Amino acid sequence: MSNWVEVGQLDDIPKQGSRVVETSDYNIAVFRTVNDEVFAIKDECPHKQGPLSQGIVHDKKVTCPLHNWTISLESGEALGPDEGCTNVFVAKVENGVISIDLG
Amino acid sequence: MKEKLVMIGNGMAGMRTIEELLKIAPDMYDITVFGDEPYGNYNRILLSPVLAGDKTIDDIMLNTIEWYEENNIKLHAGKKVTEINRIARKVTAEDGTVEEYDRLLIATGSRPFIIPVPGHDKEGVISFRDIKDVDTMLEATKNFKHATVIGGGLLGLEAANGMMQHGMNVTVVHLGDTLMERQMDKVSGKMLKKSLQDKGMDFRMEAQTAEITGNGRVSGIKFADGTSLETDLVVMAVGIRPNIELAQQAGLHCERGIVVNDTMQTYDPVIYSVGECVQHRGETYGLVAPLFEMAKVCANHLAKMGIGLYEGSVTSTKLKVTGIDLFSAGDFTGNEDTEEMVMQDASSGLYKKLVLQNNKLIGAVLYGDTKEGAWYFQLMRTSQDISDLRDKLLFGESHLGDSGHGGDHIGQMSDDTEICGCNGVCKGDIVKAITTEGLFTLDEVRAHTKASASCGSCTGLVEQILEFTLGSDYEAPEAKPLCKCTDHSHEEVREAIRERKLTSINDVRRSLNWKTEDGCPACRMALNYYVQSAWHNEAQDDPQSRFINERAHANIQKDGRYSVIPRMWGGMTTPNELRVIANVAEKYEIKDVHLTGGQRIGLYGVEKEVLPKIWADLNEAGMVSGHAYGKAMRTVKTCVGKQWCRFGTQNSTALGIKLEELTWASWMPHKFKLAVSGCPRNCAEATIKDFGVVCVDSGYELHIGGNGGIKVRATDLLCNVTTEEDVLEYCGAFIQFYREDAHYLERTAPWVERIGFSRIEDTVVKNEEKRKHYYKRFLEAQKIAQVDPWKERAVDGKDKYEFETIKVVQA
Repeated sequence: MSNWVEVGQLDDIPKQGSRVVETSDYNIAVFRTVNDEVFAIKDECPHKQGPLSQGIVHDKKVTCPLHNWTISLESGEALGPDEGCTNVFVAKVENGVISIDLG
Repeated sequence: MKEKLVMIGNGMAGMRTIEELLKIAPDMYDITVFGDEPYGNYNRILLSPVLAGDKTIDDIMLNTIEWYEENNIKLHAGKKVTEINRIARKVTAEDGTVEEYDRLLIATGSRPFIIPVPGHDKEGVISFRDIKDVDTMLEATKNFKHATVIGGGLLGLEAANGMMQHGMNVTVVHLGDTLMERQMDKVSGKMLKKSLQDKGMDFRMEAQTAEITGNGRVSGIKFADGTSLETDLVVMAVGIRPNIELAQQAGLHCERGIVVNDTMQTYDPVIYSVGECVQHRGETYGLVAPLFEMAKVCANHLAKMGIGLYEGSVTSTKLKVTGIDLFSAGDFTGNEDTEEMVMQDASSGLYKKLVLQNNKLIGAVLYGDTKEGAWYFQLMRTSQDISDLRDKLLFGESHLGDSGHGGDHIGQMSDDTEICGCNGVCKGDIVKAITTEGLFTLDEVRAHTKASASCGSCTGLVEQILEFTLGSDYEAPEAKPLCKCTDHSHEEVREAIRERKLTSINDVRRSLNWKTEDGCPACRMALNYYVQSAWHNEAQDDPQSRFINERAHANIQKDGRYSVIPRMWGGMTTPNELRVIANVAEKYEIKDVHLTGGQRIGLYGVEKEVLPKIWADLNEAGMVSGHAYGKAMRTVKTCVGKQWCRFGTQNSTALGIKLEELTWASWMPHKFKLAVSGCPRNCAEATIKDFGVVCVDSGYELHIGGNGGIKVRATDLLCNVTTEEDVLEYCGAFIQFYREDAHYLERTAPWVERIGFSRIEDTVVKNEEKRKHYYKRFLEAQKIAQVDPWKERAVDGKDKYEFETIKVVQA
């Protein structure tokens, strides 16, 4: 079942940046890459639950601000020798509006 | 159609090249590899530990057969190439296999030299080169008693030691009078011989082998002087010869090795060569570190990136024999233009010899205690001027007043000794990762274990463990690249920014051919700092290339909340400021109020969206950001000085406030702390600060490069001045020189040690013109920088998005 929710304009997020969507259960970090791709993942690093939305965005990855784990924005998985995974939400941009599927 | 790359030789140098190539251009070629041996690729240098029983063959495999499949590499294992046809661009193997190529890589390595004496082809005469030789030796240890190794070099002694571990009687026959004469001088060679004799090894020195005797199988050796020796096995370890026959047959220009240029290209432009088979600038190499440097350069050119030159290597060696510590590097014999430093303590088995030329270290031999080897090697490779270190050089890095780490002996350290305190990594973890994962570089160890990946203070120790574990395989970095996105060092990048006037991160990446599209956190933060430090008038800040603390102007805490620390000039506050802080704490229900080490008050556990509101309240009472979150000037700590203290000599508090007014809001390569003490009792602890002032009756002592952090370092006394104006000028000039010279994330303490105190003294004290120049640049930059970032955000509404959620979704 899909549950698409509009969360804002693409321009609301800086390139190589992120904004937070609050839900009743947890926060979702919405990322915009240097090429204007948009990804949404749960705002918790699989390592020690650091807020990924506060990390540095590079390529299609984000580096957690707490201990420098790097997480793939596409899969939510930790990269390199680190292991762990955070939830991924499908995101799309239509006419400059970002929507994510809360499932 | 992809181009075809064929590689001949499935050894360490060749495969390292392929791995490097896959990293930077994974889809460029269809790759085919020919190897003589029926295995994947293994770490040949760890054959000695396998022989000694410390490791198994599986431990030393680098690339398994499956790895080749996973990477779509066609492997012809066990097929020897017999012909290269350069006109048709194809190679043919013994069994008739033919492969065509667009690019060919020859990495045929070398083979042991077999002395052509009568009897050299008898059964039981072997070399020490591959897994087969190790098997032969291990087999011999089961059935025979006495083995002889011809050649007392590194490899010969390791072979002898290995067989001795299995209970054989081993005699080493050596032509010269000094063991390992390519690495050791006479004194250390003698000490080595004594240690090995104590372990039970026999020696025949200055003995020339004339004949190997025996009926079918070897039974003895006859020497040129008429004496003889009984033996069941002969291992020849007298040196290696590059394998160049195949290349010669194909008409490639060869001398002792296959001749290549600085891009590892042979005289045929589509044929490259790396490893022990090449001759580069007249040298051939038999150690792994240079081979890896060649591999990197070669891969870069195969990927058609066209940057990177191999310009030769300084090599170091370590003997991998348990219980014997020996290190040798560079030119350790010297000549009439060199000087020597020697320390010898025969009864403790210690010997150290350093060779110097023009105030630079060019060679070292260490025996008995090799923990400083990595440091000496680094000094040699970077050609550092050692004038400042001269009186302590022989005693090692641990005597440089760097009392944190470094005095530990890696060999004696137990496996559960914690090396990296930040990530809880022990020595055993690191050694295991190095051997089982086949790691060779600091970066690889960091990625796999996290050791030294956080604060970096244990980097030296990790490098020592690498060196200890790998021996001569250790690849000490020459000039470290800024990060994995580039091959350029910090210095090269900064120079390009200055020379080519690059004012944005993108300009730098374009101008220097960055390998990644938008970089990584390491280079983004460094470049953002570098462009602004060089071009403070013109460069634009890129907030997305700053760490979150410098974007949010607050310090992120472990639970994702933040701390707020307002500036208190010179550590002074007022009843009104305290009242406002107390009100803020109550109003926003801040539970933890803490006094920091730099004489400030910190409010902890603040939600991000509340930050601008708190700042607005603090701004109203005249308080501004304390920059306690940034790579920036943090605090000026003071004592009350002559205003109140009966020992005070100057007005330290007022001077501290002036210094803080001068330097606040300045971005730095790393955090930067100051202090002013009113007398030599030094209550403000000025001698462990980046810039410290100790007031004395006659004026002010200026101290630099102190650190109270992980590694405690007391400051160096820069100079004495007599007026407050001078203090400000020297301080500004010192800061600006540091800002323009240090690597990003390098604090003043390691920076002073890296570039040497005298360079700083020359720039800031002795040369008035330079001092004025740097001071002027500092003042210019400060004119732009001194804006309160809290006010901009709390009152003027800058970067609003940073502090607001984009959307709240109700369940």
